[in-house]
Order: sequence, then structure tokens, then C-alpha cells
Amino acid sequence: MAEFVWSEQDTSPGRIEAALRELLQQSYAEDAFVPARVLNLIAVVDREWRGEVENRLERVGRYHPSRTIICSIDPGRTTLDAVAVLSGPDAKKAGELAIGSETVQVECGQEHVPRLDALVDALVVTDLPTVVWSPHRHPEAVDAVLPLVQVVLIDSIEEPTLSDAVARATRLSEEAYVVDLAWLRSTPWRERIAATFDPPLWRGELGKLAKVTVRHHPDSPMAGLLLFGWLCARLGWQPGSFVEQNGSLHGRASSRRQEVALCLEAEPRQSAPGLAGLAVETASGMRLSLDRGPGGLSATRATSDGRLSEWTVLGASRGEAGILGEGIRQALLRDPTYRPALAAAGAMVQ
Amino acid sequence: MATTVAENPLVEGLERLPVHPTTLVIFGGTGDLAKRKLLPAIYNLAHEGALPERFNLIGVSRSDMPDDEYRELARDSITQYSRREPDEQVLDSLLGRIRYVSGTFDDPSVYERLETCALEYDEEAGIAFNRVFYLSTAPSFFPVIVKQLGEHRLDRRDDADVRVVIEKPFGTNLEEARQLNREVLEVLDEPQVYRIDHYLGKETVQNMLAFRFANGMFEPLWNRNYIEYVQITAAEDIGVGTRAGYYDTSGALRDLVQNHMLQLLALLCMEPPVNFSADEVRDEKVKVLHAIDAPDPERCNEMTVRGQYAAGTAGGEESRAYLEEEGVPEGSRTETYAALRLEVDNWRWAGVPIYLRTGKRLARKVTEIAVTLKPVPHLAFSQEGSLGVQPNQLVLTMQPNEGVSLSLVAKIPGTRMKLRPVNMEFLYGTAFLSQSPEAYERLIMDAMRGEATLFTRNDEVEAQWRIIDPILKGWSQDHESVPKYEAGTDGPTEADALMMDGHRWRAI
Repeated sequence: MAEFVWSEQDTSPGRIEAALRELLQQSYAEDAFVPARVLNLIAVVDREWRGEVENRLERVGRYHPSRTIICSIDPGRTTLDAVAVLSGPDAKKAGELAIGSETVQVECGQEHVPRLDALVDALVVTDLPTVVWSPHRHPEAVDAVLPLVQVVLIDSIEEPTLSDAVARATRLSEEAYVVDLAWLRSTPWRERIAATFDPPLWRGELGKLAKVTVRHHPDSPMAGLLLFGWLCARLGWQPGSFVEQNGSLHGRASSRRQEVALCLEAEPRQSAPGLAGLAVETASGMRLSLDRGPGGLSATRATSDGRLSEWTVLGASRGEAGILGEGIRQALLRDPTYRPALAAAGAMVQ
Repeated sequence: MATTVAENPLVEGLERLPVHPTTLVIFGGTGDLAKRKLLPAIYNLAHEGALPERFNLIGVSRSDMPDDEYRELARDSITQYSRREPDEQVLDSLLGRIRYVSGTFDDPSVYERLETCALEYDEEAGIAFNRVFYLSTAPSFFPVIVKQLGEHRLDRRDDADVRVVIEKPFGTNLEEARQLNREVLEVLDEPQVYRIDHYLGKETVQNMLAFRFANGMFEPLWNRNYIEYVQITAAEDIGVGTRAGYYDTSGALRDLVQNHMLQLLALLCMEPPVNFSADEVRDEKVKVLHAIDAPDPERCNEMTVRGQYAAGTAGGEESRAYLEEEGVPEGSRTETYAALRLEVDNWRWAGVPIYLRTGKRLARKVTEIAVTLKPVPHLAFSQEGSLGVQPNQLVLTMQPNEGVSLSLVAKIPGTRMKLRPVNMEFLYGTAFLSQSPEAYERLIMDAMRGEATLFTRNDEVEAQWRIIDPILKGWSQDHESVPKYEAGTDGPTEADALMMDGHRWRAI
């Protein structure tokens, strides 16, 4: 593997930037690889968990961003230490393009956080979209770099409460485009609900939805709430507030025809973050359930005349690395349905 | 009174739009294409959750075997040829949806058993599945299968759609293509027919539409006033390999020029469509093909060159001559290289030569379109000390490294005004890290979705053959020996004679 490394203690953004240029020149001279030019990713992490984040980023595979700037915060530190690594793929196949990636690790202190923008401004590749991801919170660091970035990558299941999650995502959405991993965790389920009611035979049932239950990993109610928000926004339902009953969250939404009962239930047996299953009932007696199963989602539909049908919606689990990779990919796209879903979700947790 | 169904409001913003539950039937289900491409493509769609919510597959082929044996064949093919390592659970679930019907394609009982099998899927689900029949067989079976589908009323359904995907080659000359179209359209309506040219499923080819119609800087130059000539190259460094049986009856002209290369030409030269619906795009492509004068067979030597590879060194290894390849008939006159000079006689392109060339065992594998602009009217700089100042050239590379390159002239650093050409390059691989789907994945999904833009329409196929047919006739009347070219080179030197004054082939 071709690799070009530079490191320096007690350094400065200007010196790091100069070193990056020098490393790029070296890689050009050796014709080692072509630098990718997709996006900049600024990751703000706790120093003690930096390795874990680096591992997560390594596992995102082909969705690796072009230049990753890891700002590792060590509260007592007063100087900057940095390591820059430009590396190519393990094996260069004949006739194929070898695309390199660039990683800069900067050890910084709490005192650097309010002016983190000044630090990273010199390090991002100009004219590429820039994404900030702060998996260990540090909201003040995200705020500091907001003027530089176009996209904020968040996972709103990590906020302490649903209302905190909605409030933070809403505030960030006003400043930048938000890619929310909690939203992406609900994508396959949203696709399946849309597909279920897509055949003309079933589409009329959309207007008769009477009850929707979503089961989720105990830490992921936000993924379910966003799914409810999406249904409200897309189907024109007026969302009402949720209340807690017996460990579950219950709410109602008003559709043109009737009230729709909504229920969020934790599924303690689920190990992976995200959703575990959902069940939909219509006023005409049709019931649909989708549950995680081997090889995809196990689907069951019961029609009003009692006819039962079971099948598997094929698809492999993406895993946490896959979700993060999808988040990075989504930073280059725009989903117009997230913000309306978030607004509706906000109405449910007021 | 007809009732209309409201739009599905849930699809807004979804990357993967719902596809109606579908039963896909592969005729030739044990064949090479099914094993190497179709079954792995279907697995990859399943892996990504892209298949219709409910999906079944029926393989139809002559070999007698039970369902389980066909499932094992499918498992082996997917494991061997899939672009990703299969997830066993997804694979098992997919295989559980596969059944097999054996028999010859002209045997009516095959279609009776096929219908029974497909109806069982419908009854099990309580819905009418769309049906897509994929004809991955020898071309002689295309009309046979379509006729049988019609006779067994498998050609349409009251409450679901029926589509038929037909592999290439669609005929081997104009008359055959017309006859095949007549036979197919006696049973099916044109919107049900999906003539596949897998080249059109490649991201790189689709990118041509984005390149031309989403970048305002090129459109003002995209005409005879600014473009001197165009050359389209589809070069392969490999020989015929194990395909000699097919290739010797086809040759380079039928194998690549009649379909892929004329499609590239049409995409390059078409007018902007009103929108990107299937018929609007295909209407514009057909207009380009109609604007190309079919060569006179008597004079086709003036605008075409063929060749056949001789022994040589390709990729650093000694390689055999075409005539020494296994399975090639003695004394075969089949061309392994074809070069053409065409013109699109319309307002935009009149007088601009468009050169096409393709061949096997050439210097390297490359598919590209090079657009050479006219030279500046007056070069005020001294030529002395300058290096090869050439008109600007825009090169769209399809493979191996998809990208766009623009040659410019720049000043050589120093105290004097000396110039040389430099390249400004853009490589798609550096800007999009996501992996492109295989062409067959895209095309199978499009056929299931009813999206026909990337498939060839009947008039398009015939328009392509109208250009190629006279060349085939001319070559068949020409008893001169086919020029030979050494393997690993840029092709026969005779091809240089096609170039107009001041034009030259790019090095392969």
C-alpha cells in the first residue's frame, strides 16, 4: 500500500496545510494514486474514543470520504499535534484507477474548540462539500464550524430525550443540510410501507390507516418517531402529542377520515440500533406487519376477509458501518422529506 | 366509467421507487448469460433490497432437472460471479423463490407448466404478479417463444403487466430484424418489448446524457461550426476466446458497431429531448440514425475498412492469429476489426466526419469518444520551439477509467512564448466513490419497472440495420483478402485511408 505520512507536535494549521500539499506532491511524483475529490469530513471526537471512531470510518468501505479531518479533543491540551496520512488502496488492479484517501488527525484542547473553524478552514479541500460529524456530542464544536460546512451528520438516537433530539436536529436544519442516521435507519421500512400501498389494489387503503405500531431498539425511539413524522407529513395527518403508558409511547394523528392510533414500543431483544418491526392496521380490517428476519424483512398481511399471506422482503442488513457509509453518501444528495417529517415529529413530543 | 387511482404520496423522496410484485421468467435459465450475469445481477438487487417487494423467478431451459437442482445451479453461479460475496441468508431466501420448468422452447407443454407455476405464485400471494419474460436464448428461439407465449395467452394479463426482454442480437441483417419485429409485434405491443443492449445500462453511457444536457458550456460548440471531426473507438485487447462459434458468424461489425457504437453515435449527436421519457429520448436517437446515409455497397470500400488479427504480441504475451484460434473455421473471412466513416446529414452535423472503429486484439482495452474541435483561425504565436500544437480535443472515456479529458494549449514556462498541449482531466472514479451497479442490474430493474429509455425500440433497431446492411453486402461481394493486422497494434494501416485531410486516429 502506498502511504505518505507527516507528523508534528506543537504545530499550527498553516504547517499542517503545507505538509498536506507536500504529501500530495510526493504522491503525484510517484504516481501512487489519484486523490479522491468527493467531500471533506470533519469528525470531532473525544480523544479517548478516537480509535473507535477511526475504526468505524475504516469500515464504511467504498463510501469513505476524500479528506477526513479528525479533531480529537483532549480537554487539558494547549497545543496542537497533528498526523497527516495519504494512502492508496491495498492492491492496484491493472487498468483500474487507484484512488487515495487523506486523513488528518489533530489533537486539540478545549480552548481550541470555540475557534475550531479557524483550525479546519486551512485543512479542507476548497470547493468540495464539507460535512461535520460529532459522534461524542461537542455541540459547541459543531456550532463553531457551521459557517464552513454544508452538511451536518448527526445520529439523533444519541440525544438524551426525544424532544432534545428534535430540537437539535431542527436547529441544525436551519443552518445546514442535516443527514440524520436515525432517519436513514428507517429508510428500508419507509420504502416497504410505500411499496405495500403502491399497487392500485391497495393504494386506497392508505386513506383508511387506523393504527400504526413501531417497535424499536430501546435506544432508538427517535427512528420510530421520525417514521411517524414521515407518515404524518406525507399523508397530511395532523399529529398530536405522545404520552407514555406502560413503558410505550402512544399518540394520535388526525387524518381526513379518522383518528390514527400511533404506538412506539421498545423491543429489548433487539441488539442493533434502529427499528425492530412495525404493524399497520386499516379501518377496513387489513393488517400488515414487517419484522426483521433472516434474509430480509418478514412480512405478513391479513386481509379483511381473514386471508393470510406471508413472505420475505429480500435485503441484507447494512450494519452500523453501512449506516454510517450511507450517511456519508447521503451528504451528496438531498432528501426533501426529512424536514417535514422532523417538524411533524416535533409536534408529537411537544 | 374508468376510475383513476391517486398518486402514492409515500414515494416522494425515496431513492428506490416501488416496483409492482413481479415474476421473472428466464428462458435459457441454465445458459451462460443467465449464470454469469442475470442470476448474479438478481442476487445483488436482492442484497440491496431493490427487488420488488414480492418477487419470484422461474428458470426455463431444456435440461431436465428438479427445482432443487436448479436452485443449486443458481447458488453456484451467484457465488462464483456475484460482484459481492453473497449473504447466505439473503441467498437462501432468494433461492426459496426460484422454480424451474424444463423442456424445449417449441414444446407447448412447457408453456402450460410455466403458466401453472406462475399462477401458483399468484394464488399463494393473492395478487396478480407482473410477468417479465427474459429471452436469454439463441436468437432463433425469439420468435418461437413469443409465438408460444401468445398461443398460451401468456402475452397479456387483465390486472397486471406483461413484458418481454429480448437479448441481442436482434437479427443479423435488416430483413431478419424486420421479420423478427413483425413476428414479435404480431403477439405483443411495442411498449411490452424491451430489446436489450447491455451497453446502454452502463453508467458511463448514461452519463453522456448528463454531460451533454446538464453542462451549458458544451452546447454552443456542439455543431459543425466548431467540431472538425469525431472518432468513436471500442477497442479490446483480448481475442475471441471461447466465443469463436458465435463470433465467426457475427464479426466486429455486427457484434459491436450495429448496436453499441451506433448507440454511442446517436447519444452524441442527438438533439436535446423535450424530456427524458423513453419515447422522447428514442425519438431523438432515431432521427440521428435516419440522418446517416446508408453506404452504397458498390462504394463501401471508400468509407469502411475491415481487418483480421494475425499473430503478434498482446499484453506482453505471444498471441495466436484469429485463424489459429480454437473453433474458427479454416480460411474464415470474418472481420475482427471494423472502421467506418459516417456522416450525419442534418443541420447540426452536416460535413462533420464521424469515424468509428472497433476490434479485438488491439493495443489495449479502451472505449472512448474523441471530439476534435476546429483549429483556431489564426495562431499568432510562433510555431518555432512549440511542441505539437493541436486543436482542442474533448475525450469522453467510457472504459477503463471513466472520465472526461480536454486538451488545451498552454505556454511552456520560460522566457519565450513556446506552447505545448496539456490535458485537463476529470475522472468519475475520484468524484463518486459509490460503486456503479452492473449494467444488467439496472436493465433488469428498468424492465420490471416498465422504464424503457435504455432499451432499443423497433424503429431504432431497423434504422441501425439500415446503415449496416449495405456494408455487409459490400463486404460479401468483395473477394479481396481481408487485411491482416498484427495483434497488439492499433489495427490495419488501411484504416488510415478513411481519414480526411488533416485527421488522424488517436493512438489506442
